[in-house]
Amino acid sequence: MSIEARSPPSQFTAKLRYALGGRAGWGGFGLQIVFVAVVAWIGYEIVANVRANLEAQRITSGFGFLDNTAGFDVSQNLIPYSGSDTYTRVFFVGLLNTLLVSVIGIFFATLIGFLVALGRLSPNWLLSRISGGYVEAIRNVPLLFQILFWYLAVLGALPNPRQSISLFGSFFLSNRGLVIPRPIGDPGFDPFAIALVIAILASVVLWRHARRQLFESGKVIKVWPTALGLLIGLPLLSALIFGAPVTFEVPVLKGFNFAGGSRVIPEFVALTLALSTYTAAFIAEIVRAGILSVHKGQMEAGSSLGLQRGAVLRLIVIPQAMRVILPPLTNQYLNLTKNSSLAVAIGYPDLVSVFAGTTLSQTGQAIEIIGITMGVYLLISLLTSAAMSFYGWRIGRSMGG
Amino acid sequence: MKRVSLVFTLALAAGLSTQAATAQTLKTVKDRGMVSCGVSQGLPGFSSPDDKGNWTGLDVDICRAVAAAIFDDPTKVKFVPLSAKDRFTALQSGEIDLLSRNTTWTLSRDTSLGANFTGVTYYDGQGFLVKKSLKVNSALELNSASVCVQTGTTTEQNLADYFKSNNMKYEVIAFGTADETVKAYESGRCDVFTSDVSQLYAERLKLSNPADHAVLPEVISKEPLGPMVRHGDDQWFDLVKWTLFAMVDAEELGITQKNVDDMAKSDKPELKRVFGTDGNLGEQLGVTKDWVSRIVKAVGNYGESFDRNVGAGSKLGIARGLNQLWNKGGIQYAPPIR
Repeated sequence: MSIEARSPPSQFTAKLRYALGGRAGWGGFGLQIVFVAVVAWIGYEIVANVRANLEAQRITSGFGFLDNTAGFDVSQNLIPYSGSDTYTRVFFVGLLNTLLVSVIGIFFATLIGFLVALGRLSPNWLLSRISGGYVEAIRNVPLLFQILFWYLAVLGALPNPRQSISLFGSFFLSNRGLVIPRPIGDPGFDPFAIALVIAILASVVLWRHARRQLFESGKVIKVWPTALGLLIGLPLLSALIFGAPVTFEVPVLKGFNFAGGSRVIPEFVALTLALSTYTAAFIAEIVRAGILSVHKGQMEAGSSLGLQRGAVLRLIVIPQAMRVILPPLTNQYLNLTKNSSLAVAIGYPDLVSVFAGTTLSQTGQAIEIIGITMGVYLLISLLTSAAMSFYGWRIGRSMGG
Repeated sequence: MKRVSLVFTLALAAGLSTQAATAQTLKTVKDRGMVSCGVSQGLPGFSSPDDKGNWTGLDVDICRAVAAAIFDDPTKVKFVPLSAKDRFTALQSGEIDLLSRNTTWTLSRDTSLGANFTGVTYYDGQGFLVKKSLKVNSALELNSASVCVQTGTTTEQNLADYFKSNNMKYEVIAFGTADETVKAYESGRCDVFTSDVSQLYAERLKLSNPADHAVLPEVISKEPLGPMVRHGDDQWFDLVKWTLFAMVDAEELGITQKNVDDMAKSDKPELKRVFGTDGNLGEQLGVTKDWVSRIVKAVGNYGESFDRNVGAGSKLGIARGLNQLWNKGGIQYAPPIR
């Protein structure tokens, strides 16, 4: 038996084969096609069967319900809403409430998380033990329990509106939430806003200039006194020339509740507190791991350059640690957003409560509504991941890695 | 909450993609040896488990009566506790055979959910529970109040309608379950707890000091509560419907748990039809001839069940009112068994 030399496959075909079929080549490609076809067929069968059976049982289906009048009220709406609006509007009211609690929760969770991590790594014995105790106490108690704790035990213990805790006669704290005076725009508002924007822009330009000077000539320019002067002085000047930018509508106790002013409802406060303190415990551990992953020599090198501990952390350690911190940090952000759906337990009107709850039981269209809700959470999560990936890419680029 | 709905929705999608549309529910129930019945998560008087885990209540008695008619054994029921918002999905998905969970009969529920109401077990209406210390005597004095309500009920819409048509402002806080709602009301988060009046009386018993709370006189809606079954199975629909009718007719005819055996020996043509000694009315329903005596032996007639669970003989002590028989000043009326 003679062995014939095989002609080597052309570069292009080999690459294509590998791209489509992996190591198994064309055979693998065939299998993949069969697999995709089977999955598509099962999906089609499920959809077709569900449609046929919904029709046979005369269960209403489709998305027409979105244009119907909702007929119920919601306690917190960021966009104008009343009971005579449609279910579509309810959807957006719920979505915005979910996003609000998620964004604010993420902000505070990150802040508390970083502080606790730095505290735990601090050479101060007491501070590091307190931070360690915080992490262990918080992350080992179920989140739902913590939400109920904040809502019923802490905020529920506040006095009723008639005996509310008052500050300057215009801020009122009671078991109905925090009522604050509401600013109402006056003629002087526009010049005031313009002055503020100019001051912010000027400060940013100044800061960039100082940074460039530092890198080019090593000269340190103190920016903050000038910036502070701009930020306070310009708007103040505008107010003096054009009159007060806003007047405040002070809340007054009327009947059962306060009339006028803006209100932060206790459900929102309890949920934000619980979500941010809970997630912060996990973020603290992630940040601690990230900082510990940076070689000790980096810290020592920074110190030997004459930088203080804060500057070493800020300029040298944390930027390098971010590469380790970022992926699990993204997970925590996604968790916080999804955990916000526990809101229904304390009556916070988030997406799951008003849309997948009230709307679902009023219309009975479970498949459509759960489908939309799942899709929305998926979309929020994908957008968060994308934003975090972009941030990670920028860090990687700036470090040349 | 979300997870439970999700499970039912997935079950619904899976169930709908496999089961035949015209399910033979009675045959399925007989094969299984159990009636699967959706009830509340604990509403005293209507459906709640006692300290030994036995379910009792007016709604529970409907489940037991159906089981008695089929198996001659009122214990052959599997009770599935459901929140207000999960109940319809559980019925649609086939998780339960009938829903007997203080559910208000409305047109949209009757048409768009793929299910039918089989009758009215309790004529109710929506009311308000307030602390007596607020010194409120009428619902019309509730302007600017905070109101706690359970989500997934007709209550939320009635509430919006009532305050709007009376030009009153209010704040609504909606909770997932009845317990959470009552807890928030008790903690002072709301001034008012609103629900069906029967439920207000039942929930008031759970408060630490029931005497400090009062139900306002206004009843702002019609809430006829009744059992539900799936579309597409008329035999099962008839059986559940006539089980309730049998209980009401038994009260009208004076048949009670005590005298049912004596009455069964009666020569009156009307009673002979009811007890199946003449004709085969029970068999036409898909059960045995003696179905009425089985039901009455198990749970009593409608009046007995009412008294034992929500009426004078119970902790709730609700008056019969609208739920009295039609010939005694109420509106409970059942077509004749003939």
